[in-house]
Amino acid sequence: MMRYLPHTPEDIESMLAAVGVKDLDGLFATIPEDCRRSEPLDLPTLTEWDLNAHMDRLAAQTVSWDTHKIFAGAGSYHHFIPEAARYVLSRSEFVTAYTPYQPEMSQGTLQGIFEYQTLVCRLLGMEVANASLYDGASALAEALLMAIRIGRTKKKTVAVSALVNPYYRKVVETYFKPTDFKVETIPSKADGTTDLDAIAGIDDLAGVAVQSPNFFGCIEDLQAAGEAIHAQGAVFITAFSEPLAYGLLKTPGSQDADIVCGEGQSLGLSQSFGGPGVGIFTAKQKYVRNMPGRLVGQTLDADGQRGFVLTLSTREQHIRREKATSNICSNQSLCAMAAGIYMATLGGTGFRELAALNRDKSEYLKGALAAAGLVLPFARPTFNEFVVKFPAGFDTRWQKLLTEKKIMCGVPLVCYYPELADHYLLCVTETKSREDLDLLVKEVQP
Amino acid sequence: MNEFVGTQGLILNEPLLWERGRQGRTGYSLPTRDVDPAPLDAAVAGEGPDFPDLSEVEIVRHYTRLSQWNYGVDSGMYPLGSCTMKYNPKTNERQAALPGFAGSHPLVPSELSQGALQLIYELEHHLAHVSGLDAVSVQPAAGAQGELAGMLIFAAYHRDQGRPRSKILIPDTAHGTNPASAALCGYKSVPLATGPDGVLTPEDVAALMDEDTAGLMVTNPNTLGLFETHTRAIADIVHAKGGLIYADGANMNAVMGVVDFGKAGIDVLHINLHKTFSTPHGGGGPGAGPVCVTKTLEPFLPAPRVVKTGESYQLSEDFPKSIGKLNAFYGNFGILVRAYSYILSVGTQLKDVSQHAVLNANYIKEQLKDIYHLPFDKPCMHECVFTDKNLESHKVSTLDLAKRLIDYGFHPPTIYFPLVLQGAIMIEPTESESRENIDQFITTMRAIYQEARENPELLTGAPGNTKVRRLDETTAARKPVLRG
Repeated sequence: MMRYLPHTPEDIESMLAAVGVKDLDGLFATIPEDCRRSEPLDLPTLTEWDLNAHMDRLAAQTVSWDTHKIFAGAGSYHHFIPEAARYVLSRSEFVTAYTPYQPEMSQGTLQGIFEYQTLVCRLLGMEVANASLYDGASALAEALLMAIRIGRTKKKTVAVSALVNPYYRKVVETYFKPTDFKVETIPSKADGTTDLDAIAGIDDLAGVAVQSPNFFGCIEDLQAAGEAIHAQGAVFITAFSEPLAYGLLKTPGSQDADIVCGEGQSLGLSQSFGGPGVGIFTAKQKYVRNMPGRLVGQTLDADGQRGFVLTLSTREQHIRREKATSNICSNQSLCAMAAGIYMATLGGTGFRELAALNRDKSEYLKGALAAAGLVLPFARPTFNEFVVKFPAGFDTRWQKLLTEKKIMCGVPLVCYYPELADHYLLCVTETKSREDLDLLVKEVQP
Repeated sequence: MNEFVGTQGLILNEPLLWERGRQGRTGYSLPTRDVDPAPLDAAVAGEGPDFPDLSEVEIVRHYTRLSQWNYGVDSGMYPLGSCTMKYNPKTNERQAALPGFAGSHPLVPSELSQGALQLIYELEHHLAHVSGLDAVSVQPAAGAQGELAGMLIFAAYHRDQGRPRSKILIPDTAHGTNPASAALCGYKSVPLATGPDGVLTPEDVAALMDEDTAGLMVTNPNTLGLFETHTRAIADIVHAKGGLIYADGANMNAVMGVVDFGKAGIDVLHINLHKTFSTPHGGGGPGAGPVCVTKTLEPFLPAPRVVKTGESYQLSEDFPKSIGKLNAFYGNFGILVRAYSYILSVGTQLKDVSQHAVLNANYIKEQLKDIYHLPFDKPCMHECVFTDKNLESHKVSTLDLAKRLIDYGFHPPTIYFPLVLQGAIMIEPTESESRENIDQFITTMRAIYQEARENPELLTGAPGNTKVRRLDETTAARKPVLRG
């Protein structure tokens, strides 16, 4: 007996008789010997009670915001998730449904995703959003491939700022490796933003991607970036890893971005060791037929009532096969639903207040660290992340703080930028109190 | 209609979010402001998003009503072919929500993330054991990304051999993601016709396989619900020309504890954790598409990988031949927790899972084949595929049958796939359904057949019991309205 398997021995016997097979093994008669296992499965089998104990033990061996003060973002952010948002998301009609291929019995998912698409467009100032991609990194790779399609594959080079999250850049590299297309890296300037003068020398440019706030937390001048990129005849892509910033900042859409994509984990998803997050993907309306991924659209039913369906699927793999705009099928639908619920729960007013609180706390810490004699090397405005240069040899203290005081003082940048020894990327969200910030300053002051 | 599941009930209307709410409401308790406001440079400052303001009560009602317009596995039988809509165990949700998992930051050093790393390591080993292959990466975020990983591994392997190749063989029954994933790696798809018995023949493969062909992508069991009986012979033909075999494991739920993919000659296999290993589909994701490979191809797996030294686990990037990263961090970890929890709960009874899934599909096939057209009358695996040929004379199609099933309280099967059959009806009951549920489904399918003969407008006008009736998809595509 196993609780997920309803058949009794009598059920099995009578069903086998109806099929005309002697025993359960007889059902597999078409599988030849040269494909069969020689040994039975050898796996542990736990009761629910024992499973809980085992999982509790594993979970306890992984630190979390529950056990440590983690002042790190770098693409994964700790924000408070309201219980009501978590609760409605767990409705099993959302959780246990498939992709809405039968719209009449999937209107909940479809309207929820239509609302997500709308709120995302409003957040980023864009015209169309898809129903989600896997994460911020693959969304950027897809955006660059889309830029090449927009240029009708005549232009074979894309360029990505060195201040785009290094993990996103690695994923871009993976997606581009087997293609004929080239990925160039645009260097950074001393103020912690992208040096767009460098693209003037690159021919054959289909698209250029800049992240804002960038990996150093600095807010890029997207207006100027867009002008420089459009002057080259290239598609202007902006990426992000912290969408909450757009509660305060000018939208990428208002600064003429053609494609805006990034990670939506901040919008009501737990960090969960890096995934699942949600790849947010938006573009100008004129590029909609080049977009990857699913789209939900509004329509009418046979009685003239409003309803929603998956639409423009002639771009997709199940129709276009090798000519599709992407190979994506399953996306991160439930995470997109979570992001929609989160944005709705905060509302416009709450979203802006929360964004301001993140920035204000982060500015408070910046001020206190500078007052303690630490160096903030980049002058550009930031949102909730920023870089601090600590005295040489800080790495041992960083390690000690983590193990002895349970404080993770940011992420060491030297792993990604070898020239930035002793530079750390710190993050402050609404989850850190002033007391936490004061404690951090006390522990790290020279 | 009392004996049937489907009935009518009160369905509540609910407007779009922005048609509700009023400025000045909130659904959120803002954490304490204990610092002063800091001015923001006007050059970067924006106005903030135009979201509606709603109270917590309005939010909860809004989404509760929306959820009631949906149908999930928890609502009833969901025999969507090739999607494996099995029961999603609730204990898996508890495990994924544990603070040490849900609240963990991916960049905390390995020595403080031992539990998460151990889980990944053990899950990879369990999946290798179940598949019969040697090494696994759980990084791909979905089946299609697992396929992409597989194709990137093909390309990297052939490059490493010093002989990049340009073509790939793909059967005409393949899921559309197969050719789309291959195309991302620059491969030209060469279609391979299904043989007269619904499976591939070694002769057809031998005729097309050459030294410019990277290999073959095969779904096994295939999308007709049949086991590809010549897999080993086909693998030998492909290997003899220096090619590789990729197996799409979307239909793995049929063969756990029975098939050894390594022995069958498979080089790369992807598994859908959101199908075979019970993680919920979430209305279209998130899933996970681990990729399993032979020892020879292990160096090409996505990095970083979890390695074990003594009793401790580390993330290692030290795989110079790796295809690289597919995901910002380590994949959909929350989904991995659920699949791991399922494997530990079911253990060696994974074989029973496959046996019951195959039993249910064959039982349905036998009980319906006298009225519905069954193109391949032979033992099936976990799904059986009919067509609408016997409905045509009543001017009723597969789509009408599907919509009528909704009124009776069932999610319809997969329809019009695989493309090689006209009007395909692909039924995958899974192991989760009891004998009574399956009998009720059969009774319903027979009743609908009777309706098709006697009263076809009941089908062509269906569904009638849902929130909305049939939707105008043509206008949706012609004049797209993608936001409100």
